[in-house]
This record gives sequence, structure tokens and C-alpha cells, in this order.
Amino acid sequence: MSERSETWMSETAVALPAPVVEMIGVRRFFPGPPEVQAIREVDLTIGQGEYLSIVGPSGSGKSTLLHLLGLLDNPTGGVYRLDGVDTMSLRERRRAVLRGERIGFVFQSFHLLDHRTVLENVALSMVYVGVPRRERMARARVALQRVGLAHRMDFAPTTLSGGERQRVAIARALVAEPSLLLADEPTGNLDSANAEAILEVFDELHHEGMTLAVITHDDHVSSRAQRQVRIVDGTLQW
Amino acid sequence: MAARPTRLILTTLGTVLGIAALVATVGLGQTASGQITQRFDLAAATRVVVQPEEKGGQEGEAATQLPWDAPDRIQRLNGVDAAGTVSTLDVGDDLVRSVAALDGQKDGHALKVMAGSAGLFDAVRAVLRTGRFFDAGHDRRADKVVVLGKHAASRLGVNRVDSQPAVFIGDEPYTVIGILDSVSGRAELNDAVIMPNGTAKTAYDLESPDAVEIRTQVGAAQLIAGQAPIAIQPNDPSTLNVDAPPKQGAVRKGVESDLNALFLLLGAVALLVGGLGIANVTLLSVLERISEIGLRRALGAARRHVAIQFLVESVIVGFLGGLLGTAVGVLLTVGVSWVRDWTPILDNRLAFGSPLLGAFIGLVAGTYPAWKASAIQPITALRGT
Ligand SMILES: Nc1ncnc2c1ncn2[C@@H]1O[C@H](COP(=O)(O)OP(=O)(O)O)[C@@H](O)[C@H]1O
Ligand SMILES: [Mg+2]
Repeated sequence: MSERSETWMSETAVALPAPVVEMIGVRRFFPGPPEVQAIREVDLTIGQGEYLSIVGPSGSGKSTLLHLLGLLDNPTGGVYRLDGVDTMSLRERRRAVLRGERIGFVFQSFHLLDHRTVLENVALSMVYVGVPRRERMARARVALQRVGLAHRMDFAPTTLSGGERQRVAIARALVAEPSLLLADEPTGNLDSANAEAILEVFDELHHEGMTLAVITHDDHVSSRAQRQVRIVDGTLQW
Repeated sequence: MAARPTRLILTTLGTVLGIAALVATVGLGQTASGQITQRFDLAAATRVVVQPEEKGGQEGEAATQLPWDAPDRIQRLNGVDAAGTVSTLDVGDDLVRSVAALDGQKDGHALKVMAGSAGLFDAVRAVLRTGRFFDAGHDRRADKVVVLGKHAASRLGVNRVDSQPAVFIGDEPYTVIGILDSVSGRAELNDAVIMPNGTAKTAYDLESPDAVEIRTQVGAAQLIAGQAPIAIQPNDPSTLNVDAPPKQGAVRKGVESDLNALFLLLGAVALLVGGLGIANVTLLSVLERISEIGLRRALGAARRHVAIQFLVESVIVGFLGGLLGTAVGVLLTVGVSWVRDWTPILDNRLAFGSPLLGAFIGLVAGTYPAWKASAIQPITALRGT
């Protein structure tokens, strides 16, 4: 992480770094009937180290956009480059590898495995990128220390508070050192105090140089980002 | 899955039952047909008995007399292991007792008294509990010796022969030289006091033997049955009656394979049910864990990773079920064999192969659920959250 921040510092001084995300004319239509045009003609660029929020009402297409950004779904049309790689031409296998290596997800409902310990949950995100087990555990411990959960490593997720669970999820998203952290309504299931703690973690990550895209319907959450984009009916508005 | 022991046990239950049924049915099938074969071969398949035809169907009146040298004539035939005569003596009111009767006191037993040649014991596969059989010398000298059948011995209270105990038939003393433990075929010997032919001729005027007991080599019974009357009575073989085992070979084989086929069919049906059980529970597990599947895909799992995860689980479940089922099946086979006094027979390949069969069933049963799981779209799996 420190290496990353140095790079970020030095490069901002010279020129804008190459964008992490480059979407041009991206569409996602769900074939009906009736056909739903969830995302239409989206142009979006996210630079390295940027903290972006995408805010919009329910049903505006936020989650669909996040799935496209995270390579969980395929656009109906358009161009999407991630870290300069044209993802449109990739086969599913390659997309899965790219997803595991470059993207970290944080979901509204945490998505932790109840039958695994906190440490195992965090280590899970390195399984599919081929990190050896011993190293996975070591890195998972470091990541949990970073989010202030070193004392909860051997707990079951079910014994944790909502805020703690979301911090576990963040540790899991970070530990594989992704290029882009995607969060879909990360505070949606939390009370305001816990929500605030999560937003503070995001602030810290931003200062350390992480690229973040947070999707929310909450203007307060959105206002914490460096740059806000509004989405209405599948179209971005500035 | 490992974190859900209850589910694991419930899932394996079908396979456990299926494999247990298979192992037990095949095991018991093998054991049972083993018993049939054993009894059949040892006792019946090599036994041939020759006796005179009864005259005009009248009880007790023989059409002809067996010669005393019948065993020697039979012995010359190829395929005969042993032969000996056997006769039941008419002892009138004579009772048998183990000590000299006190004056006027009649506390003897109405035991059967029989006579035989020295070869009889070998012919009926007699086994001694103690002492010895009488031999040709006893026969020739008409020695007053007897061998006791096991039931006769216990009724007379004789269980040792080293002190040369005497039994009395009527008022005549005889020395007990041996006690039988078992015979096969002619069970009446168990209840009898048996003396040499020579002795019986002297004491009871035995004119001719009642029957000749023949023990043949395995597979020779049919042949010997055809040759024996001619060897004994070359002039008039038709006056002799021959008891021989029926030609069983083909029939028995048929019965055995019918039995085994039925048992196997039962096992296969049980396994099918077990396999469907695994498939069903794995499918349920897939549905329950859709969001886990979505998460794993988000963390970089390709479709094949998801498929392999569920396949591995169903194979492990199948293997564990197979292992447990084999243990249960073996226990059942041994238990039933114990209760029925059989020797349990179990093919090693069955014992070692069954857990693998369980794993294979897990593999087959898991294929469809695994494919189903891998086909789930990540966005579908992560939605509704
Ligand atoms: N798999 C799908 N099939 C059909 N319609 C869908 C599907 N996923 C989302 N939609 C529709 O697309 C629109 C945008 O959905 P979504 O991206 O989930 O909105 P948001 O997250 O902003 O609430 C909604 O109208 C929704 O019903
Ligand atoms: Mg949404």
C-alpha cells in the first residue's frame, strides 16, 4: 500500500495517471418482454486514486452499473477498459481472473460465510488468485489489523456487529490488493455510527491512494467522495 | 459442508443405506450359497448307499442278501474313498447299561445296537471324541468291544475310555474302546452302541449286512452309483437299491446365480436411491448457497471452480457414505452369520471397492448439481441482498 501511495504522490505531481476505468457508450439492456434499459450510453472514467460516488434513486441502475464495472455482468454494447485492458473481447475465464486480481467488492449485505472464521473469510479472496495458503493467512491478519479487527480474527462472523462485519468485508476486498474497490450501498444495513466508521475507513483508503467507487442512494454518503456522479434512469448526469 | 455435521450425516444416510444393503446382500448371498455348497459337497454329494431291494414292497423282507465282502468289492472301484457295512441288530429285550445289573434291577437303556465293518467309520466321516475305532482284527477275532455314538455315550454316562469301561448288553459285558463325536449321513449311529460284524455274528447271529455306506471322491458319486450293484452282485444287480445324490451341479449353479442376481438388484436399487439422495441434497445445498456462489465468483472463481467445489463435496459425501455403509454391511453379514451359525464369506474386493463405489456414486450424483451451480450467473447470485 505504501508503494502505491508513493506512486500516486509522485505521478500527480507530473501528470494525471492512466485511468483505472474507461467506459465509452456502455449499455446494458435486459431482454424482456418488456425490455429493460437498465444502463444506456454511459461514459465514465475513473482515474487512479480517485474516490468517486455514484448516487441515484432506487431502480436507477446503480447496481447494474457496479456489476458491469466489476466484470460480474457483460454490457449489451459499448467499450469498457479496465487498467487499459479491453474487457469486451475477453472470454469468461480470463474475466474471472481479472476480477479476482483487480477488483475488490463490498456489498450492502456483507456476504460473509457464516461457517468460516473472520480470518478465513478474509483469506478466501486470495484463493482464486493463487496465493499460497500460508501467505494468505499472514496477509489476512495484516488486513484485519488495518481495519481494527485484529482481536476478532478467530470469531464467527455471526457474533460480530454489522459495522464489524462490513469492516471484515472491506479487509477481504483489500487483501488481494485490487486496482479498484467497488462498494454497493456499503452503509445500507448500518446505523449512523457504524456507517460513519465505514466512511472513515474509506477516507483513509483514499488517502493511501486506493481507487474507490461507492454506489449509494444516500446524499450524505455520496458527499464524502472526492467526485460525485448522479445516475437517473440508467444515464449519468453531472 | 464440513462445518455442518448434521447435514453431512443426513446426506450420507442414503448412500450408507445403499452401500450397506449392497454389501450385506452380496455378503449374505455369498455366505448363504457358501453354506449350501459346503453342506452339499461335504455330506451329500459324495455319499452312496447300497441296500437290498425290499421283496414285493414288504417291510423287512429283503429280496437278496448283501455279501460280507461287499466293502472290499466296492473299494476296488476307481473313485471310492471308503466303504463299510452297517446293520441294526435285533437284541430282543436286551437293555444296555454301564455297570453290572444289581440282582433283579433293570435300570438299563433301550439303546439301538448296531454292527459295522472297520471301514464304516471312514465311510460316514466319523470323528472320534476319544479312544479309537475298532479294526479288522477286532472283527476277525470277534472281540467283545464297542464304540459308542455320542448320544448313547451320554445316556450311559460314559465319557472316558482310558479306564476301559464296560457296558452290558443284556448280561454280556463289552469293553468301550471309543466314543464318536460326529458322523454325517447316517445319524442313527449317534444313538447306537456299535460292535464289529464278527462280534455281532457270534452274539446275535447276524446273517448279512443291512447296507453298504460308500464315500466317493467329489464328483464320482454318480459313476459309483452305477457301478456299485454290479460290483457287489454281478449276477443280479437289479435286486440292489442305490441311494445317490441327484445330479445337482447345474441346478445348484442356477439357484445360486438367481439368488445373487436378486441380491445385486436389491443393492443396485438401494444405491440408486442413495445416489438420488446425494443429488437431491447437493442440489438443495446449491440453492441454499447461491449467495456464496455469487461471492466466490466475485472473488475470481471461474465456473469450473464452482463446479469442482460441489463435485468434491459430493464425492467426499459419497466416499464417507460408502465407508460407513461398508462397515454396516460387513457388521450385518457377520451378525446374521453369527445368529444363523454360518461362516461369513465376504469378497475382499467388495469390502475395499464399496467405499470407492460410494465415491463414484457421489461423483455421478454431484455432476448435475455442480453443473447447475456453475451455470448460475454472478449477478443473479448476488441479487436480492
Ligand atoms: N436481471 C435483470 N433482469 C431484468 N431487469 C433487471 C435485472 N436486473 C435489474 N433489472 C432492472 O434494471 C433496473 C435497474 O436495477 P438496479 O441496477 O438494480 O437499480 P438500483 O441498484 O439503482 O436500485 C431496474 O428497473 C431493475 O428492475
Ligand atoms: Mg441496488
